[in-house]
Amino acid sequence: MKLFIFLLALLPLDRLIWLGLTDGLGANPIELITRSTGTWALVFLCLTLAMTPLRLLTNATVWIRYRRMLGLFSFFYASVHFLIWLWLDQNFDLVDMLKDVLKRPFITMGFISLVLLIPLAITSTHWAQRQLGRRWALLHRLIYLIACTAILHYWWHKAGKNDLDTVTIYALVLLLLLCCRIPYIRKLLSRRSTN
Amino acid sequence: MRAHELKQLSQEITPKAVFEGRRDLIKSAAAGAFGLALAPWFSRDALASNAQKLIATPNPNFILKDESTSYKYVTGYNNFYEFGTDKSDPAAYAESLQTRPWTVTIEGLVKKPMTLDIDSLLKLAPMEERIYRMRCVEGWSMVIPWDGYSLSKLLNQVQPLGSAKYVEFITLADRKQMPGLKSQIIDWPYREGLRLDEAMNPLTLLTFGLYGEMLPKQNGAPVRIVVPWKYGFKSAKSIVKIRLTEEMPKTSWSQFDAREYGFYSNVNPQVDHPRWSQATERRIGDPKGVFAPKIKTQMFNGYGDQVASMYAGMDLKKFY
Repeated sequence: MKLFIFLLALLPLDRLIWLGLTDGLGANPIELITRSTGTWALVFLCLTLAMTPLRLLTNATVWIRYRRMLGLFSFFYASVHFLIWLWLDQNFDLVDMLKDVLKRPFITMGFISLVLLIPLAITSTHWAQRQLGRRWALLHRLIYLIACTAILHYWWHKAGKNDLDTVTIYALVLLLLLCCRIPYIRKLLSRRSTN
Repeated sequence: MRAHELKQLSQEITPKAVFEGRRDLIKSAAAGAFGLALAPWFSRDALASNAQKLIATPNPNFILKDESTSYKYVTGYNNFYEFGTDKSDPAAYAESLQTRPWTVTIEGLVKKPMTLDIDSLLKLAPMEERIYRMRCVEGWSMVIPWDGYSLSKLLNQVQPLGSAKYVEFITLADRKQMPGLKSQIIDWPYREGLRLDEAMNPLTLLTFGLYGEMLPKQNGAPVRIVVPWKYGFKSAKSIVKIRLTEEMPKTSWSQFDAREYGFYSNVNPQVDHPRWSQATERRIGDPKGVFAPKIKTQMFNGYGDQVASMYAGMDLKKFY
């Protein structure tokens, strides 16, 4: 099952490679790759955050087994998204890149999201979990903040042309998933499942 | 190589000239005769099966060294929010646009206001082909062979009054024909504007076609403006009304957010969009390949010689 989900999660990447090999990336390939990887980073972030509510609702711990892999895929697509930007927009010029990060709030938010994902990716192993103990859970609550910065990144990007339909949907999904963490709602969810 | 093949094949199929025989060529290519070499022509056929030719004389002053962007991308990658916000939406949904009958009303501060139908507009002045660079505010660019004539030819007919300082363009907004109007992204109808001297500049083109064919609907059929030294959104599509005014018209994008989209919107690598730099651009279909580095954006999109004098003494950071 885990392998199946792993292969499924690679499909967006496969698709981009396939499109690249068959001249299918359209008029603006870099834009397509950048947007596609950004979107999938967000989708995997949503999926990662959906595992806990699913556990509460179904009262089955099986979901938590996939959480780490989904989170790492979110980091993976976010990294490709970032690297394409760093390479093709910033030409690997780190000074230029930092200037952009400081100057443009929409890029600031994207950059913060990626930077915050790094410690989570690094400490995703069982070993790190054991070493960190209770602090691990605390550290990984950063994901709630990342959800906010990531959606702001997307929102600000789309706001330029007032094209907010898609980002609104993601924002609502994330809001719903974050609400499941509010203790009162969390209790409601788990009570329903134990009845 | 391709030109040679074209010629040979069209002779086999039909005695018509190469250009005339293009559709037959596509059919035989579709049958597998040519395969990949002619792939771009397939999509050309798919998008423009009803294209009508437009006879235009190439204007030698507007021939570029840059290779023209393929017809497929010029007609398949468009911003035309009246048909949706995705770049592929206009090509997918613009079919519902009725381009005939079509009239354009010219009114406001003019001695002779008039309403012209599309046929009289097509005949009003000799049709030229001009290859212009087109720079979108989003940071990409194309090279497009447009067909039309200087807007000044039309404006001279209506005789602007001395008090006229601006020209406002109002484009079609019909819910029945334009599915994108359902979303209130901007205040419809789409409005754009130029200062009168900008509108009278010989470069400002009243445009009816591209690549020697009537404008595809997604490109602003049946008549649009093309202002090559300004960002693409200044070049209003599917125009129904032109109004001469004394006050600076309220244009759609600057009304939405004046901080991001100024009235002038001249292509200027030194003035950033708040969200991104305008110093470089990505050429659509860059012959150097997908991962080609971005190219440097030129002041006034490279048309400074012809237009810079209109802005002498103006602070273009303030009047962006």
